[in-house]
Amino acid sequence: MRLDCPTCGTRDRREFTYQGDALALDRPSRDAGDAAWDDYLHNRENPAGQTRDLWYHDACGTWAVVTRDTVTHAVHGSVAATDATR
Amino acid sequence: MRFSGLKVLAEGLRGQKGWTPQWRDPEPKPAYDAIIIGGGGHGLSTAYYLAKEHGLTNIAVLEKGYLGGGNVGRNTTIVRANYFLPGNSEFYSHSLKLWEGLEADLNYNVMHSQRGLINLFHSDGQRDAFARRGNAMRNQGDDAELLDADGVRRHLPYLDFENTRFPIYGGLLHKRGGTARHDAVAWGYARGADSRGVDLIQNCEVTGIDIENGVVRGVQTTRGAIRAKKVGIVVAGRSGQVAAMAGMRLPIESHVLQAFVTEGLKPCIDHVVSFGMGHFYISQSDKGGLVFGGDLDFYSSYAQRGNLPMKEHVMDAAMTLMPMIGKARVLRSWGGIMDMTPDGSPIIDKTDTEGLFIDCGWCYGGFKAVPGSGFSFAHLMATGRHHAPAAGFRLDRFRTGVGLMDEEGTGSQHNLH
Repeated sequence: MRLDCPTCGTRDRREFTYQGDALALDRPSRDAGDAAWDDYLHNRENPAGQTRDLWYHDACGTWAVVTRDTVTHAVHGSVAATDATR
Repeated sequence: MRFSGLKVLAEGLRGQKGWTPQWRDPEPKPAYDAIIIGGGGHGLSTAYYLAKEHGLTNIAVLEKGYLGGGNVGRNTTIVRANYFLPGNSEFYSHSLKLWEGLEADLNYNVMHSQRGLINLFHSDGQRDAFARRGNAMRNQGDDAELLDADGVRRHLPYLDFENTRFPIYGGLLHKRGGTARHDAVAWGYARGADSRGVDLIQNCEVTGIDIENGVVRGVQTTRGAIRAKKVGIVVAGRSGQVAAMAGMRLPIESHVLQAFVTEGLKPCIDHVVSFGMGHFYISQSDKGGLVFGGDLDFYSSYAQRGNLPMKEHVMDAAMTLMPMIGKARVLRSWGGIMDMTPDGSPIIDKTDTEGLFIDCGWCYGGFKAVPGSGFSFAHLMATGRHHAPAAGFRLDRFRTGVGLMDEEGTGSQHNLH
């Protein structure tokens, strides 16, 4: 599997560290309540198909939001996390 | 039909013409007292114990493919009870005791082989940790024996003891640990459930769960609607999709775990050997293949196949631990879908919907739990009360933070197990 780094282009999977669902970018407010925090920290849609997840490119330090298919492992592109949260 | 040595002998003389199918292939009825979604190891054992222990026989197991076609037919077949934490320890202890009586109970040869499991350690600190684990196992009533390097050498002379990075200091021997024939476990439970009247319905995919006013009414399937008072979800890596039919989101990410087998060899590895520092473990099947595996690929996946970097890592670890394995040729590799929870421990619980139960989150350790999980889940579904050895496997422990069971001590967060 090769992944797209928004800074460096397509690179070997070994250059990346997986973080998990890009849901991690949508941090609830402090007083959102335990259900919202439970959803944020633990509960997952866990799709069989297209997913957005966070990968860290160890080589350049870019956090990427990668759109990927969990059934075929096809990669459909990625954007820098800093752009994704704007 | 009961299996016996005499029957095998007689059939040998009669040209094997007297064997009959081991379970029926029934049409789904319009309604059942209980439905189990998922005809894998855990689902079939749940159905078996519902029938045997609780007298519930008007039940069905719905399987979208064929019985035992998922993880129970794709795992590396290790059976053990070497858990440390209260909550896990008593559950796996109970499950191992069920394993030890399973063949007699099912009248089925599951080839359970208690050949001994050795977990290796490579430093003084690790030795202390394993001594502590061994004490926890013995306190639970199970067996554990701490071996020094010479002790390990007597069992496993072929390891590289003087490895520069991971010299072998010793190992924790769990003599009652071992392996079993994975498909046979599914088949044995299927046969046992069927003979007690359970309908095993294959090629029947659940497409919806009917809920009225917070109470489960039945399921929609590719073979029509089926009503039921109770529904149990036991679908491992697919838990997220099936739970979504009931409007639930689970604390589960599905990941891929790879396994490998070599060509058949003469007996050379007599135990199950676990090399934790290399995320590597190995045993030899009765057919002769060396069966081994490593860690998750570490990205969410439903592909049932992994990528090359983890293959390379596993082969590296194998060569580090036992250089002789370089002579063997890998026959094939495959992947399974692991339902990973944040703390690495499973879930056996009710849901917010009355009559809807869930058994999931077995991570990469579901095989050894097949008897215990089915027994405890059947108890919960039949009585509405948690079975004591599995009482800690609560769905809400992540939300409340109470009763987390983080066996590895790495934290309760996705991607740490």
